[in-house]
Amino acid sequence: MIENSSSNTKSLPTLPATKRVTLLTKPRLILRGVLLALALITIYSLITLDRAGLKFGEAFQSLGVNLKAMFLQPTVGQDTWALLLRALATSVGLAMLTTLLGALFAFFIAVFSARNLVPGWLATSIKAVMAFIRSIPTILWVLIYSVVMGLGANAAVVGLTFHSIAYLVKAYSESIEETSTDTIEALKASGVGFWPIIFQAILPSIIPALLSWTFIRFEINFANAIAVGAAAGADDIGYYLFMASGFYFNFHEVGLIVYLLLGVAIVLEIVSMKLRGHYLQKN
Amino acid sequence: MNTKFKSPQQFFRQRRLRLGLVFAALLIIYLVSVIVVNFQTLTSLAQVPAGLVWLFKNFVPTQQSISYLGPILYQLWRTLIVAVSSTICASLIGLILAILGAKTTSPTPALRWIIRFSASLLRNIPVVAWAMILLFSFKQSDFTGFLALFFMTLGYLTRAFTETIEDLDREKLQALQAVGANYFQCVFCGVLPEVASTLTSWVLYMIENNLRDATLVGILTGTGVGFLFNHYFKQFRYDAAGLIVLLIAVLVILLELTSTQIRRAIA
Repeated sequence: MIENSSSNTKSLPTLPATKRVTLLTKPRLILRGVLLALALITIYSLITLDRAGLKFGEAFQSLGVNLKAMFLQPTVGQDTWALLLRALATSVGLAMLTTLLGALFAFFIAVFSARNLVPGWLATSIKAVMAFIRSIPTILWVLIYSVVMGLGANAAVVGLTFHSIAYLVKAYSESIEETSTDTIEALKASGVGFWPIIFQAILPSIIPALLSWTFIRFEINFANAIAVGAAAGADDIGYYLFMASGFYFNFHEVGLIVYLLLGVAIVLEIVSMKLRGHYLQKN
Repeated sequence: MNTKFKSPQQFFRQRRLRLGLVFAALLIIYLVSVIVVNFQTLTSLAQVPAGLVWLFKNFVPTQQSISYLGPILYQLWRTLIVAVSSTICASLIGLILAILGAKTTSPTPALRWIIRFSASLLRNIPVVAWAMILLFSFKQSDFTGFLALFFMTLGYLTRAFTETIEDLDREKLQALQAVGANYFQCVFCGVLPEVASTLTSWVLYMIENNLRDATLVGILTGTGVGFLFNHYFKQFRYDAAGLIVLLIAVLVILLELTSTQIRRAIA
């Protein structure tokens, strides 16, 4: 080895003129371009942000005082514990109701928008409609329906369900499309009908995926239920949050409501962990 | 499956029983929430088609609503750039927190728990609460919307970034440490280039999300396109409100398509 290398040094072949090897591949360049563009937009935005003559020192100081009132001295304010807990139950109920309704409708729509089950044109057109519904924020759907049905629970449920369906159809149909075409072809060839294929072959294999998407949507719906209460007046915890902070300026009560919501969030986190663990073990 | 079945009949009977139980549980949950929420299922579902008809009659932009186009487009642009800038600012701070908080790169475990806990706290305070708290201190300005989105995004991105960094191969870092790289070299030359495209795709996702949330924040804090929508909506100028809804949908779809393209290009 040593002899070899020493003899080689005499007649080192000249390298052919190649392009310089660079780490900047095309994806890297695009990445840099995107980040640069985003940075420029951010700088422009921060410069032109409408500050409405704010004094930042004072504003942050008052924010600090409010946060202290919220988190260190929570009280029920002008409402009662019973009222707030009932409103919290309403919010959870709203989230469960809309998730269940959404999942039910979404599953059947998703079957007809999965590319491996129905013709392409049908799948594409359903998906396009769903993409349109999804692109309009939930709160706008609720506000729109509150005109037709009047303010209150019914409009909130329908508006939230609308957006849930559009969201879940996308997730579900993608899960269904992951089932291999071979399985479906084989079942079709042996004369199994459309619905038996779905309920006996596809559904059992995608239940974990469906469950995990549905649970994610449940968490989103809970957050949305609060927003809906605040902006559209369904009688839930969001409404009390809105009243306490926007009308009574009672930050102690806001703090209590935030603590209640944090409690629910922790419970949801634990349940979702358990559910996922349960299903992962089984499969 | 751990259980052994004596016959196919038994297997199917057991499965049917389990399915039946699950459906019964779901039905009970449904009924309980219907009572709690006070929701009339049938009457409401029956109203859905009528609602859609009403929507198409009243929300279709007319000749007259074109005159509102100028202010709407301006506010839409303001909303978009507030969504972008709040996400980018949150991602910068989120990245620092994630590097300090991820299991693989954290200097001390204590810091890791503090960061985890605060990120979870930020994430779980609803955006409504953020908007209302900030509105009191920062008044009706774009800055309120910016901060509300910023805090929410910071919570989400810190968690997403932490998990991405933790998914990274430990051996690469060990190899770098073995050849004598210091902490900063490890982070800047080992970790960041590796996770850059995943992190960017998270950032793009949050921008999409924030554009949607910006409408809600706008309604609550009286800024941006959400305020404009609320303004027209409450004055029964549904054609103008419909134009806003349409433009938001178009913008969201465009943004989604663009970010899908970018994701594919940088993957």
